[in-house]
Amino acid sequence: MAGKRWFERPDAMAVPSRESAADPATPEFYTRCPSCTELLYDEALREAIKVCGRCGHHFPLEPELRLLSLCDVGTLVEHDGHLVARDLLGFFDSKPYKARLASSQKAIGRSDAFYSASGAVWGVPVEVGCFDFRFMGGSMGAVVGESITRLYERATERKVPAIVVSASGGARMQEGVLSLMQMARTCAALGRLRDEAGMPYVSVLTHPTTGGVAASFAMLGDIILAEPRSLIGFAGPRVIKETIGQALPEGFQTSEYLLDHGMIDAIVERSALRSTIGRLLRQLLGLPALPDEGRTTGTPAPVREAGSA
Amino acid sequence: MDVTLDFERPIVELWRRIEQLRELEQSDGVSLSSSIEQLALRANELQQRIFSRLTPWQRTQLARHPGRPYVLDYVAGLMTEFTELHGDRGGFDDRAIVGGVARLRLPGTSVDGLPVVVIGHQKGRNTKENLYRNFGMARPDGYRKALRLMRLADAQGLPILTFIDTPGAYPGVDAEERGQAEAIARNILEMSRLRVPVIAVVCGEGGSGGALALGVGNRVLMLENSVYSVISPEGCAAILWRDRAEGPRAAAALRITAADCLELGVIDGIIPEPAGGAHRAVAETVASVGRALAEHLGSLSGLDGAALRAQRYDRFRSLGPVDALK
Ligand SMILES: [Zn+2]
Repeated sequence: MAGKRWFERPDAMAVPSRESAADPATPEFYTRCPSCTELLYDEALREAIKVCGRCGHHFPLEPELRLLSLCDVGTLVEHDGHLVARDLLGFFDSKPYKARLASSQKAIGRSDAFYSASGAVWGVPVEVGCFDFRFMGGSMGAVVGESITRLYERATERKVPAIVVSASGGARMQEGVLSLMQMARTCAALGRLRDEAGMPYVSVLTHPTTGGVAASFAMLGDIILAEPRSLIGFAGPRVIKETIGQALPEGFQTSEYLLDHGMIDAIVERSALRSTIGRLLRQLLGLPALPDEGRTTGTPAPVREAGSA
Repeated sequence: MDVTLDFERPIVELWRRIEQLRELEQSDGVSLSSSIEQLALRANELQQRIFSRLTPWQRTQLARHPGRPYVLDYVAGLMTEFTELHGDRGGFDDRAIVGGVARLRLPGTSVDGLPVVVIGHQKGRNTKENLYRNFGMARPDGYRKALRLMRLADAQGLPILTFIDTPGAYPGVDAEERGQAEAIARNILEMSRLRVPVIAVVCGEGGSGGALALGVGNRVLMLENSVYSVISPEGCAAILWRDRAEGPRAAAALRITAADCLELGVIDGIIPEPAGGAHRAVAETVASVGRALAEHLGSLSGLDGAALRAQRYDRFRSLGPVDALK
């Protein structure tokens, strides 16, 4: 299916950030870092792909910026942005699911919680996608499941690698057991990518990645990279605490904890994700190194070693 | 074992009175047969009335009833020559999941005598057993053991039968530490690639990812009073209404019954339970499941490995229809 050409230049994304609106004590056009309390100029923060220049805190990143930060300039072509959810259950909590969807759609200007595109990373064509945590907590219903399944199917057909950046609380409760089935739908398509196309899949875990998203494609990357200090796990910390009836270990379910327990390949700062993925994909596919590789990207990505937490 | 649910109470009360009358008949040597008959009739009518309009919450309670058959009851009733196979080969044997090789015994059907790999969640019937089985809540080790057995079945061309009955995967520190999410995910993917027939039966609680990790079948069936859900009704209620006591309301909203799941396309068939529910007649329930297994295994017998894999892919690919904006 033909996609829409999307954001030819990175500066097309220079939309004013609304981060500052949340805190009346913060001056207009500024955001306060929740980790080190530094006052950060919104435009500079966006330029730094939402990473605090002082302490390295990773703010949530909007999907457009995320994909632009990962892919080569001018390569992104969007897919499946036209898919919208049905309300097969007629689900109603404090308000109907339909109304919940509509208000998220209006606030964010997108139909659901996943962005999907064809693109290239360091010259390697890829199918890439990422979650929008602002849309109902990045929860996975049928639209997200269908989009991710199509992403893997396109990658299989084109014989190119796949990249998915996760940020999700898990399955979308409002779609009931059908949301659970998205775990099987997506993983089955991922199985085909592996067995039929033999192409690598890079899973990038960001804050937070839990529940049914963690327990499906997010933890199945041939390579699993995580942004620093992200919450990653199957069950939520509160549920676990209630179950065991005691305090959780220090740093439990963080990227650093998962690295120490052998669950992920590496922790990579946001600014180094593109170079890390580009380098790895070129190596895995047996492509020559880019001539300016070492120089333009500086030293290799600051990959943490296990045990250095 | 002797758990009476609230809505069963009026029925059980009638049965108790019938029992009293029978005792009276014995001790006093008088005939009360017409009274007994009348009461029995009333009890049956009442049971039928109550069970013909069970609420989703009542079905949830039935699905959790400790008298229901578990995987080892199905093994005992439908199979012979069972050898339990233990361990994930990574240092653990999770007793919340049981698996092994056995021979189906379904006389008069085309699959009688067929060797199969059988895997399922095993709950306990009392506190002691439940501590041993961890209430049927598996750790990653259980899913990895299951995967090992499924690979064995795949390599040898044996059909796989799974029996799903879990509140969910175990939410504990050690489970997270050893990769609960990865273990579930891995099973789901690898099950989708199997080249042997896979029949999954939700026989009690189909609790979320911990259920689906044994649930990627060519056929997925549910017992009449089992439930299958993305989250427990209480967990859902805690999130939506900050009150676990709202579970009954969430059970209805989530559409977790067998009839709901059939309508949504999530399952392929409902296996009927005896009057009064599976816990009132375990042998009958087991036999009912046996008939369904024979039917569905038979219907898959014409498919080769590639076709089985493709059928399973298409089955799950179609779950969750979406609309397209113009
Ligand atoms: Zn900071």
